[in-house]
Amino acid sequence: MAFKHKDLLSLRDVEREEIEMILSTAASMRQLLDSPTKKTAHLQGKSIVTLFYENSTRTRMSFELASKYMSAAAANISASASSVQKGETLLDTGRTLDRMGTDVIIIRHPMSGAPHLLAQHVNAAVINAGDGINEHPTQALLDMFTIKRHKGRLDGLKVAIVGDVLHSRVARSNIFGLHTMGAEVALCAPPTLMPAQMEELGVKTYTRVEEAVEGADVVMGLRIQKERQEEGNFPSLREYSEFFGINEERMKYAKPDALIMHPGPINRGVEITSDAADCEQSVINEQVTSGVAVRMALLYLLTRKGVQSV
Amino acid sequence: MKLLVKNGILPGRGACDMLVEDGRIAKIEPNLEDADAQVVDAQGRCVLPGMVDLHCHLRDPGLEYKEDIVSGTRAAAAGGFTTVCCMANTDPVNDNAVVTGYILNKAKTEGSGVHVYPIGAVSKGLKGETMAEIGEMARAGIVAISDDGKPIMNAQLLRRAMEYGAAFGMTVFDHCEDIHLVNKGVMNEGYNSTLLGLRGTTRAAEEVQIARDAILAETLNLPIHICHVSTAGGVRIIREAKARGVKITAETAPHYLAGTDDMVLSYNAATKVNPPLRLTEDQDALIEGLCDGTIDAIATDHAPHHRDEKEVEYNLALSGISGFETAFALGMEALVHAHHMSLEDYVKVVSTNPARILGKNCGELAVGKDADFLLVDPNEEWCIDSRKFLSKGKNTPFHGTMVHGRVKATFVGGKCIYRDE
Repeated sequence: MAFKHKDLLSLRDVEREEIEMILSTAASMRQLLDSPTKKTAHLQGKSIVTLFYENSTRTRMSFELASKYMSAAAANISASASSVQKGETLLDTGRTLDRMGTDVIIIRHPMSGAPHLLAQHVNAAVINAGDGINEHPTQALLDMFTIKRHKGRLDGLKVAIVGDVLHSRVARSNIFGLHTMGAEVALCAPPTLMPAQMEELGVKTYTRVEEAVEGADVVMGLRIQKERQEEGNFPSLREYSEFFGINEERMKYAKPDALIMHPGPINRGVEITSDAADCEQSVINEQVTSGVAVRMALLYLLTRKGVQSV
Repeated sequence: MKLLVKNGILPGRGACDMLVEDGRIAKIEPNLEDADAQVVDAQGRCVLPGMVDLHCHLRDPGLEYKEDIVSGTRAAAAGGFTTVCCMANTDPVNDNAVVTGYILNKAKTEGSGVHVYPIGAVSKGLKGETMAEIGEMARAGIVAISDDGKPIMNAQLLRRAMEYGAAFGMTVFDHCEDIHLVNKGVMNEGYNSTLLGLRGTTRAAEEVQIARDAILAETLNLPIHICHVSTAGGVRIIREAKARGVKITAETAPHYLAGTDDMVLSYNAATKVNPPLRLTEDQDALIEGLCDGTIDAIATDHAPHHRDEKEVEYNLALSGISGFETAFALGMEALVHAHHMSLEDYVKVVSTNPARILGKNCGELAVGKDADFLLVDPNEEWCIDSRKFLSKGKNTPFHGTMVHGRVKATFVGGKCIYRDE
């Protein structure tokens, strides 16, 4: 079976078999990463560009290293946030990259749907590395990969996601992916940071962290950005942390062996205490390694010859 | 000069001929003959009064790259409009008599023949701060006042404009959206906005301002007109206000009848419009509102934009739909072909009622009325193709949609200004 999509824009329309294929390919890649010589020729002759309209350290580095470990020619373009409105249009930039023979464009953009727009107008495969408040599919894939490594499965697990769900592309991709894979998702956020009609996506929503994490196999924290407070979504970071932060006390409601996860970067003491983030159950650092493995798997699958475009 | 329209069908009257003399309807009777008249054969056509659009954007002066008075009035004629009212958000803003005069003059000298009535700004520069020179604009020829595109957040300004405008017979046409509740929203807030990760705008943003306007109109006992109603709640508030005798009138737009926020699922920026496309429940309520008279009129909110302003990220795309050339058919589909109202009643919401709101002698086929009329084929099937629009604005989410009902010819004052070739 080949990976069916030309692009990876969203986990909403990726089927279970495809996710399983990505995760099992990532497992081989993870083995490679653990070996002394991290180099394969899988992407020899392929060119991969990261096109980031937002700052990012780990996602960008992760893609870049994944490309290099697999012998691709990798290049980066940083576009400032202001260039989104004033500079060259996204489509013009995309067409230019396309004409340079780029095989994969990895895009991060502050506006939802931007990767979808790009993908409609280029021949290159497009990977969404985070668009606005919409999705971040590779993050969800690496989260699922990490969970599966520890729990052996995704089916039937309970995953609690706690934090700013409204503005979280990580949450949205995880909801779609985990739901497809048969996991149960519980969300916890202040009502001002919970999107409308969320339960219709097949998840449960809570306003008390203790209820959301009750019996959970995985507890995932989401980054809270300071500007969300300035926008009036909650009164203060102090109060947010008091009522919605993840701490060791609240972790007692989860299963004893529950994993603690966070997409990073962490605001220590805000959405999660350092004690919780650094405890034995935490796999936050391992998530970073998973990220490279999953992105290697994905780049491989998307550039493999004979891939049917859909 | 005389014109005799023969063999047509007039809704409500059946087969009838119509004699036009000096730009007005002189006779409507079966089997008319007049040796002096030029004959128009309307065999197989319905003869309808020309549509009257209370709300459009001609973009002239200043934004001619999107549309100008020439292209806009040609598109209006092709869409079956004989009268259009253009909003004030031009560049410069139509907040003074000079701009009003420019629009009227250009429409008269270079337009397609469609009557163009400018709507003046409520506030100077549409800034929502101080009143524009409403009296002078009224003298120059505006027919209403509106800050359309920019909601009037200051209720005191709105009150003053209603009071002051009344002295000149000017009613406020209000764009109802509370900007704080809109809060960067780009589509209807609901399941689809959650699915797409696009910021949603709550329907309450529209409804709180409609309610405010209804209360002001009731308190002041002055008229108010609500632009582009898109929600079931908005319909309900207006219905209740009308039942209490409030002088409130309202319009909705064809795209709210024909489209829902499901159309946004591809992130196609052609679907971006203010207020946003809503749900099927809202469509049902709007249709009910049109049928029971709560919503008086369908207005296009024709909002042409350049391709470059739509082929961008959804958040960056400008809001608005090019509506002149699809309005008739989309309305026919949603109302007449879906069996919610007769063609005769459809004429009321697209022609008669808006003409009444403007106080113009048109919008119905009766002796003494202006001979602004259409020949239409209510059943002709065609595919909406934005590339064929006469409007410069090709921005429509209905490109490729099959519809029934087509304008075959448009007459203003008895003169043919458009023919579907």
